[in-house]
Amino acid sequence: MLLNCKQTSQLVSQALDRRLSLRERIAVRIHLCICKYCKRFRQQLLAMRNGLRRMTETIEQDTEIRMPSESKARIAKVLDTELK
Amino acid sequence: MLAMKTSNVHDWLTEHSDYLYRFALARLRDPHLAEDVVQETFMAAIKSPSFAEQSAPRTWLTGILKHKIIDVMRKHMREIVATDLMHEEDASMDEFFDESGHWSEKPLAWDIPHDALEQKQFLIILQQCMDKLPSKLASLFLMRDVHETDNEEICKELNITSTNAWVMLYRARMGMRKCLEIHWLQA
Repeated sequence: MLLNCKQTSQLVSQALDRRLSLRERIAVRIHLCICKYCKRFRQQLLAMRNGLRRMTETIEQDTEIRMPSESKARIAKVLDTELK
Repeated sequence: MLAMKTSNVHDWLTEHSDYLYRFALARLRDPHLAEDVVQETFMAAIKSPSFAEQSAPRTWLTGILKHKIIDVMRKHMREIVATDLMHEEDASMDEFFDESGHWSEKPLAWDIPHDALEQKQFLIILQQCMDKLPSKLASLFLMRDVHETDNEEICKELNITSTNAWVMLYRARMGMRKCLEIHWLQA
């Protein structure tokens, strides 16, 4: 079964969420061998996914990111009210 | 007792709120939501009977925060009605492919950034592209590609089939990739 680019792109995306069947994996691999655009597409999807994962860590560790002081003050007030 | 509690929580606010805020922001990607869950975390903390015993407050507060974050995500997901998603599904993908299934606009070659500065710029553009996603797709995309929530769990929460989820994620990823390509190449 020869895949076109549309079908390949769908399977490449699904491969991120489920295990492709052996038949699907072979069909995708064959298409990727002969189509540099789909090969690029796959690399870019993976780069995007890696980027998204890294982003979580990056934000978490960036000590320059702070909660605005007005927000802290507001929260302090709410807590004080609650504690009365 | 009350005075001690009050001064404790103020200290904790000073010492830990920035960390908690970053933790929430990294996962929710929305500053207002992040503030809300941090506030809810402190509220829950002062109401907790184990408040006085905490020797490692940051760990304890982070634990509460994680639950609050999950609650927010669940709430957002429930707001996405399954029928809304069906309409997204029908929306044609014709823009990306021609009738014979070939790329109408072939993916261009762009370099995945290697050095730290480029990576930072890449991540900024990535976030801007995420902000452009239609909100229904954005929630699903956030759950799956940012939070790495199980496909099964997503389908259960949203009451959709796996096929629905795959189609939505495919649309989101196609849109994101295209947006990244346009903006990254311009950078």
